[in-house]
Amino acid sequence: MNTMAGNDTEADQVIRFVDVTKSFPGREGRHVVLNKVNFSVPRGKITVIAGGSGQGKSVILKLILGLMRPDSGQVLVAGQDVARLRSRSLRLLRTRFGVLFQGAALFDSLTVFENVALPLRERAHMKSEDLADKVLETLAQLELKGHENKYPAQLSGGMKKRVGLARALQLDPEIMLFDEPTTGLDPLMTNEIYNLFVQTQKRVGYTAVIVSHDIPKIFDLADQIVILNKGEVDVFASAKEIQWSIKPYIKEFYDTTMNNINGCNKNRAGQ
Amino acid sequence: MVQLNEYHSGIPKFFKPFAVIGNEAVYVLIDLGRMGVFLLYAIIGMFKHPFRLKEVVKQLHFIGTGSVAVIFFTALSSGMVLGLQGYYSLHKFGAEGMLGSAVSLTLIMELGPILTALMVTGRAGSAMCAEIGIMRISEQIDALECMAVDPFRYLISPKFVAALISVPLLTAMFDVVGIFGGYLAGVKLMGVNSGSFFSGMEQSVTNHDINLGIIKSFVFGLLLVWICTGRGYFVQQIKGAGFGAESVSKVTTQAVVYSSISVLIFDYLLTAILL
Repeated sequence: MNTMAGNDTEADQVIRFVDVTKSFPGREGRHVVLNKVNFSVPRGKITVIAGGSGQGKSVILKLILGLMRPDSGQVLVAGQDVARLRSRSLRLLRTRFGVLFQGAALFDSLTVFENVALPLRERAHMKSEDLADKVLETLAQLELKGHENKYPAQLSGGMKKRVGLARALQLDPEIMLFDEPTTGLDPLMTNEIYNLFVQTQKRVGYTAVIVSHDIPKIFDLADQIVILNKGEVDVFASAKEIQWSIKPYIKEFYDTTMNNINGCNKNRAGQ
Repeated sequence: MVQLNEYHSGIPKFFKPFAVIGNEAVYVLIDLGRMGVFLLYAIIGMFKHPFRLKEVVKQLHFIGTGSVAVIFFTALSSGMVLGLQGYYSLHKFGAEGMLGSAVSLTLIMELGPILTALMVTGRAGSAMCAEIGIMRISEQIDALECMAVDPFRYLISPKFVAALISVPLLTAMFDVVGIFGGYLAGVKLMGVNSGSFFSGMEQSVTNHDINLGIIKSFVFGLLLVWICTGRGYFVQQIKGAGFGAESVSKVTTQAVVYSSISVLIFDYLLTAILL
C-alpha cells in the first residue's frame, strides 16, 4: 500500500480507513470490492478517489456516511468508528457532512426552494424569514435565482447539480462528499461545476472527497489522489507523483490519462 | 474481483438441494427480520416529536379521500349483489325478512374490511411502494439520512398514521354504502318489506360484530401500509428483484400480492380468534 501522501498527523486526518474490507454477494460467492484498504483524508484538502467502474468508489462514500458497514476494519470519521455508532450519534455525525449525489437526489415533489430549505427546516430550527433569506442567498450564489419555484423535473442536469450543491451547503458542512459530480454533463457545465467546488471550498473551507471518472480535469483540483484497483488503493499527493509508481496498473492508468489530456490539447491546437 | 468464498463449493452434489433450501430459509429469516425492524421504527416514528401534521393530512387525502370513489362503487355493487343473491337464497325458505340481517352482517364482519383493504392496497399501497422504491433507487432516501433527517419520521410514519385512520373510516363507509346497495336490490327491486329489512338488521347486528369489523380494518390497514412501504424501502435488498426501474415494478407487484395474501390470512385468523 502506497502512503506517500500520509504525512499529516492523526488529528489532521479527518477520515481514516483502517484495514477496511467490504464485499457483496454475487452469483458464485462474495465479491470483495475493498480488500484491507488503508488511507486517510487530510482536513481542509481535496481528495479525489479515482478508478474504473465497479471498483468501489461510491462504496467508500457510503462507508464514510455509515450507509454501509465494512465487513472488517474501521472507518474513522473525526476519530469515531462510524460502524459502531448508535443511530443518534450517527445522525449527529452526519450533520457535519454535505453530500452531492451522482443524480443530485433532489426530492421530486418539492420545489427548488423547498429542496434547499429542507435541511434547515429539519435541523436548524430557524425562523421562516431567516430561513428564506439564507436559502435565497445560497441560490443567488449558485446562479439559481429565479428558479426557486421550479420542480427538479423542470431543471437541466447542471442546474440539478447546483441545487444539490446548494442543499448540501446549507448546514455549513465540515466535510463535503461528491459522488461523480460531473457525470452526464457537457464539458462547459463540467468546468462550471468544478469552478463552483473551488469557490465554495475556498469560501467554506470544507474537506472535500470527490469520487470521479473525469480524471484529467479532477487532477488539477486534487491535493491527494486515491486510485482504486481490484480492491486495493494507492495514494498519491499529486498527478505528477503517479508517474513514478512501478505498479503496471497505475502506469497504464497514468499513460491512458495523460494520452487523453495530450490528445485533447493537440486537437485544441489543431483547431 | 476477488472471491472470498463460493457457495456450495465442496458440497457433494447430493446435498446441494439442501444447501439451496438452507440459503432460501436464511434469506426469508433476514427479510422477516428487517421488515420487523422496519415496522418497529415506523411505529416509533409515529410518536416522535415534532408531529408531521401537514404530511399526515397530505397522506390522508391520498389514501383516504382519493379512495372514496373506488370504495363507493365497490361497496354499492357488492351490496346490490348480496341483496340479490341473498333474496334468491332466502326466498327458497320463505325467509326474505332475514335479508337485512344477512346483508349487514356479511358486510360489517367480512366483506367491508376485506374489500376495502384490497382496494386500498391496489390503489394507494402500490403507489406508496413505487414512490418509496423510486426514492430509494434515486438516492433520495440516502440524501435524507445524510442530512441527518430520520426517513421513518419524515417519510414512512405519516403514511402509517394516515392508513391507520383512513382504512377503518373507508371500511365504515363501505359498510354503509353496501347496506344501502343491499336495500336497493332487496327492497326496491325485489320487493322485500323495508321494515323487516331494517328491523332484522337492528336485531342481529351487535356491538361485537361492529368491533370485529373495526379491529379487522385496523389490522388490515397496518398490514398493507407496512408491507407496501417496507418492500419499497428495501427495494435494493430484495432477492431477484433486479435493478433500477425493473426492480421497482417487480417489488410493487410483490407488495400488492403479499399485502393481499396477508389480509386474507389475517382475516381468517382474526375471525377464528375474535368470533
